[in-house]
Amino acid sequence: MDISASPTIADGPVYTHRTVRLDSGLDLECGVHLAPLEIAYCTYGTLSPKRDNAIVVCHALTGDQYLAEKNPLTGKPGWWSRMVGPGLPIDTDRYFVICSNVLGGCMGTTGPRSICAETGKAWDSEFPPITMHDIVAAQAKLVDHLGIERLFAVIGGSMGGMQALTWAADFPDRVFAVMPIATSPFHSAQNIAFNEVSRQAIFADPDWHNGHYRDFGAIPARGLGVARMMAHITYLSEEALSRKFGRRVRHDAATAVPASSSPSLFGEMFEVESYLRHQGSTFVRRFDANSYLTITRAMDYFDLAAEHDGDLANPFRNSQTRFCVVSFSSDWLFPTSQSRLLVRALNRAGANVSFVEIESDRGHDAFLLDEPDFDRTIRGFINGAAEHAALLEGNR
Amino acid sequence: MRVDQRLIAEMIAPRARVLDVGSGDGTLIDYLYRTRSCDARGIEIDMQNVTQSVAHGLPVMHGDADHDLADYPDDTFDYVVLQRTLQAVERPREVLRQMLRIGRHAIVSFPNFGHWRLRLQLLTTGRMPMTPVWNTPWYSTPNIHPCTIQDFLLLCEEEGYVVQQWLAIDEDGARAPWRRSIRLANLFGEQAMFLLKRAGH
Repeated sequence: MDISASPTIADGPVYTHRTVRLDSGLDLECGVHLAPLEIAYCTYGTLSPKRDNAIVVCHALTGDQYLAEKNPLTGKPGWWSRMVGPGLPIDTDRYFVICSNVLGGCMGTTGPRSICAETGKAWDSEFPPITMHDIVAAQAKLVDHLGIERLFAVIGGSMGGMQALTWAADFPDRVFAVMPIATSPFHSAQNIAFNEVSRQAIFADPDWHNGHYRDFGAIPARGLGVARMMAHITYLSEEALSRKFGRRVRHDAATAVPASSSPSLFGEMFEVESYLRHQGSTFVRRFDANSYLTITRAMDYFDLAAEHDGDLANPFRNSQTRFCVVSFSSDWLFPTSQSRLLVRALNRAGANVSFVEIESDRGHDAFLLDEPDFDRTIRGFINGAAEHAALLEGNR
Repeated sequence: MRVDQRLIAEMIAPRARVLDVGSGDGTLIDYLYRTRSCDARGIEIDMQNVTQSVAHGLPVMHGDADHDLADYPDDTFDYVVLQRTLQAVERPREVLRQMLRIGRHAIVSFPNFGHWRLRLQLLTTGRMPMTPVWNTPWYSTPNIHPCTIQDFLLLCEEEGYVVQQWLAIDEDGARAPWRRSIRLANLFGEQAMFLLKRAGH
């Protein structure tokens, strides 16, 4: 076990991520023993001498460990740099924040691009199926490695929220507070349907090569791009799209139609089309198709109630964890009704739960955007929980 | 903090588990947590109030008395509090039942429709009374289930609840001097506050 800086195999320049390699590996739910296990991660702030101020932030489907620093692949700021940092709602002056790339990912953690020890070749589409429990078990190994017995909090939005809930269900004694944001205790039929369309788009790409595209020096860029375009629509709302693009048509040299010409089917391009194409084309440069398939499948399998005799309260009974469930009013991918279902189950379990629906017209992505009420909620919940944690400590 | 909230707080034992149904801006649960070390939580229907409470670190969830009490297991709390809200819920009897199922005690306050000013107004003007406490016209009032102190006592009797303590209070929430006679309290108390428990406990 050592902390090393290992290069990621990428279809382009090689990037160096901070990685820990755990030779003991991980037993997956499907029965496969995955070894070695590599986890790429970033940390912010300082671990307290009592090791009691650690917060794990879990990223969403296509996120990564670059939470609050420049992403080396895209050159863009970290995906939650507006939330995590000194003096920010998740205050790195007070808390030690850990964010790791999920199992099955493509930013340095063991995933389809990693080498399979048995074959000596990359897993590619042979990577074993994983679940949200496997993803969280891998994170727990990282937390062990960092010498942290109990986390102060686990926070995550969307698929990150599924991980946060899984932390609370699988390791109730290791998390003091959990914040599931814009998420659900199960993946709905509609969301599985969207994922399936994404996957079929990838399979339909001639460059897919049954998942062994890298052997052919190819990537299924069109399929993955279409998958991203469709998924991106589900992250927004009709109102947000209307406000941002309306029915505006792009007028630039490349797409402009001479005034004299008759109307043609695709002579002009709506701004929303151009935007989605851009989203698709930038995505394929940073994300691996096999990772996309592996992780979307893990989301589809997620159903906490089904795993606990059909009662969502069961995994949380006698839990001492403090919960703060947050939803957004215009989120139709993970609607408030699903958060409310979770809250009801937490009440049935007698858990300590706060629940806020943030008014926003920006859809599912609102959790990544500037929403002052959301910022206040996160800051307040964390600091309130910290106050309680200190009091409990004092009572012991 | 309002005076009647202070009276409620005085009824609650230190370190108790408390659910405040209709917790508003969270004043009472904040007070109970800070001064009495209670495990105090809130349910609130107004989202602005919920956000404000959570932003202050208080455990408050969006919900309401009619729909969100049924989920809690029996005896989750030592006290369940309902301030000035009983007259505005859809099913007051069911809300009380839930309160005394999930809590060992219920603390309920409500404006008294038996107050002499209301009686007099109805008698003399023949119209729905309007007072500082009952200050919305009949067509827009949220108070769909007004009752008098006598009515409430009758319901407690029917349901088998034990009245451990009761107070008549004036509009500002201060204790009114009608301690001994329910009949006088029902005539002169603008609001009432009850500490209840289940019979046989």
